[in-house]
Amino acid sequence: MIWKPSDYAGWGRALKASGDVARPERRAQAQSLSAQTPAPAMGMRRSYGDAALNSGGRMIDMTRLDRMTGFDPATGLLEVEAGARIGDIAAAFAPRGWLPAVMPGTGFATVGGCIAQDVHGKNHHHAGSFGQHVAAITLLQHGKTVEVSPDTPLFRATLGGLGQTGIILKAVLRLMPCKGDVMMVTERRAEDWEEHLALLDGSTASYTVGWLDATAKGATLGRGIVEEGETGAGLVKNRTRFRKVPMDAPHFALAAPVVRAFNAAYYNRVPARGRTLVKPIGDFFFPLDKIHDWNRLYGKRGFHQFQCVVPLAAAPELRTMLEDIAASGLASPLAVLKRMGPGRAGYLSFPMEGYTLAIDFPNRDLARALILRLEGRTADAGGRLYFAKDGLGTGARIGAMYPELADWQAEVARADPDRHLETDLVRRLNLRNAQ
Amino acid sequence: MNTTWIILGATSAMARAFARRLAAEGAGLLLAGRDMAELTLLAEDCRLRGARLAEPLTFDARDAGGFGALIARLETEEGELNAAVFAGSMPDQSLIDADPALIGGTVTDSFTGPAHFLQLLAPLQEARGGGTVVGVGSVAGDRGRIGNYVYGAAKAGFHTYLSGLRNRLTRAGGHVVTVKPGFVDTAMTWGLPGLFLVASPDAVAGDILRAVKKRRNTIYTPFFWRYIMLIICHIPEPIFKKMKI
Ligand SMILES: Cc1cc2nc3c(=O)[nH]c(=O)nc-3n(C[C@H](O)[C@H](O)[C@H](O)COP(=O)(O)OP(=O)(O)OC[C@H]3O[C@@H](n4cnc5c(N)ncnc54)[C@H](O)[C@@H]3O)c2cc1C
Ligand SMILES: NC(=O)c1ccc[n+]([C@@H]2O[C@H](COP(=O)([O-])OP(=O)(O)OC[C@H]3O[C@@H](n4cnc5c(N)ncnc54)[C@H](OP(=O)(O)O)[C@@H]3O)[C@@H](O)[C@H]2O)c1
Repeated sequence: MIWKPSDYAGWGRALKASGDVARPERRAQAQSLSAQTPAPAMGMRRSYGDAALNSGGRMIDMTRLDRMTGFDPATGLLEVEAGARIGDIAAAFAPRGWLPAVMPGTGFATVGGCIAQDVHGKNHHHAGSFGQHVAAITLLQHGKTVEVSPDTPLFRATLGGLGQTGIILKAVLRLMPCKGDVMMVTERRAEDWEEHLALLDGSTASYTVGWLDATAKGATLGRGIVEEGETGAGLVKNRTRFRKVPMDAPHFALAAPVVRAFNAAYYNRVPARGRTLVKPIGDFFFPLDKIHDWNRLYGKRGFHQFQCVVPLAAAPELRTMLEDIAASGLASPLAVLKRMGPGRAGYLSFPMEGYTLAIDFPNRDLARALILRLEGRTADAGGRLYFAKDGLGTGARIGAMYPELADWQAEVARADPDRHLETDLVRRLNLRNAQ
Repeated sequence: MNTTWIILGATSAMARAFARRLAAEGAGLLLAGRDMAELTLLAEDCRLRGARLAEPLTFDARDAGGFGALIARLETEEGELNAAVFAGSMPDQSLIDADPALIGGTVTDSFTGPAHFLQLLAPLQEARGGGTVVGVGSVAGDRGRIGNYVYGAAKAGFHTYLSGLRNRLTRAGGHVVTVKPGFVDTAMTWGLPGLFLVASPDAVAGDILRAVKKRRNTIYTPFFWRYIMLIICHIPEPIFKKMKI
């Protein structure tokens, strides 16, 4: 059968959709779907909200078109199909001294999803965004293959373009040399907000990220652990045993006292003087991937992730947002702070030079209200929301957050005039019409 | 030792996952099937994952005339020669009911075509003093059901063939693994109603490779299908014949 009636959800499981999904196993099938029944594409649905949902409509699941089809060791150029997962590419190439130049925090993300969200990694301050290492893209538009090269409007509309310019069939990625498949990781405590930002600002490591204890208040507000990593060669046994969350957790699993206790233990596990460890690369880049279906820990109501970026000068506004979060008692242990560089590749790419904060909240009324407040504050601070995470945004201030929205809209209108590729997110935020 | 596998029906998602695991171990792979465009992409993928050799070849279960060329190609590889059969087809039972002529093709794709090929390969394996054959059957071959009994009959025939071949190759140091998958998430089952406990192709491929290493005779994958089928096979026929499962 071609179409499978499906109930599916974003990674946060708070937003859901029903509709027919096709999953081509061969290129020719993808081509004929694009010609006869064009519909938006999905990858591994690691976007938290509704970016990869199409309620009542159709979707094309690209995860079976996942082959690596050419590599040139002289240039590091890898041709790969859109359904290939970043973690698989890393596992195949790191032992030979190459890594995808940019990797998001989950190895399950596909190349197509990484292009369509122009994702960033722990090295954004050096390497920029995913799209800055894409040398070519092949799109399927109405059954025809269209080659897209960098420095064209179609390329900029496709990077971070939420799949609206066509189905991404394959791409050429410029891999980055690495020393091997282990990581030297230094972990240091940051005792409060100022120290946390100072450690992030001062870091010269290739990969830097801060874990934040979003339950800490007062003098310890903003405390956390700054992790810095470099690739290295050596032998660390890869733990291939995966664990799985077998069922939806009860709602108290992530209740405030539990999270507070967990965060304190997590913080104290790193000695006051810091420490250096050697880890398999997967443990550093994709720490949560070892626990399959960890999103079930939030119970059946699911959760939302809020992620914003604000300009460097707006650090005080970000601090105020964190105060609001800490006071709410709603935060989960998953909270990340990172300093971003200016690198971005598309009209709707998320990154800007500044600080980005990402944090999970259980899907409850109070949390939804908090997230809407945070959205407003982000806009006030001259920052922007991340479409890969957002599930609640109202869209009212999207134009201000994304000043190149009109350029994107013009290109998308040419690529998909009949609006076959619209998703729930695109409709919710009115992205193709706004302003 | 130099190992070469010929994989029949290599475009199947299960076969792809199996080929990738072999590639990571540096095996030589001859990827056989009808869709050369897809096989060529898979071959490149397997080379990049570490295969010593990965080559697309044409194999049509319904065209035995082409088998000789495959055997000749295999013969040029030194060392151990192995084969894995993933080829098979499962037309909707209602289509077969409407056109019984479809029975022939179903049996050829899932049983007699691959068996014919393996029969040509066996002397070569015997001459080399070993080699492994993996035959993918199905739990559907354990008992005929209203929903797919022609496909099930073809698989049952294949199971019986494999057990005989095992008996034969064992004498020459070779081995045959019969694989009986339950529901697997592939093109064959996409969108079919009533599936449960559907396994990923990669999990099945992992089970198959483990069975090859341990020289298991017959495996169910995932393992619990052994118990499900134990129960199904023990339902007395007077009751079973009235059931719709
Ligand atoms: C644990 C975790 C950690 C994360 N860490 C980070 C991080 O550090 N940095 C970061 O930037 N992001 C991060 N993310 C977000 C994630 O990287 C993005 O959501 C990414 O897009 C997921 O890829 P996917 O294949 O699951 O795409 P999906 O979520 O399935 O789809 C995302 C978008 O891409 C489109 N799309 C997917 N495939 C195609 C295709 N072939 N053709 C056209 N359009 C397509 C979809 O229509 C949709 O709009 C994280 C997510 C998780 C769950
Ligand atoms: N999916 C399940 O739940 C399940 C359960 C039990 C057993 N199985 C068995 O597992 C095996 C793999 O199937 P799958 O699920 O991965 O489905 P699939 O994608 O449909 O695979 C079937 C394979 O058989 C090949 N094939 C069919 N007719 C052929 C012919 N005449 N000549 C040569 N090759 C032919 C196809 O190749 P081309 O069309 O590209 O040539 C394809 O590679 C099959 O034997 C199937 O019966 C599957």
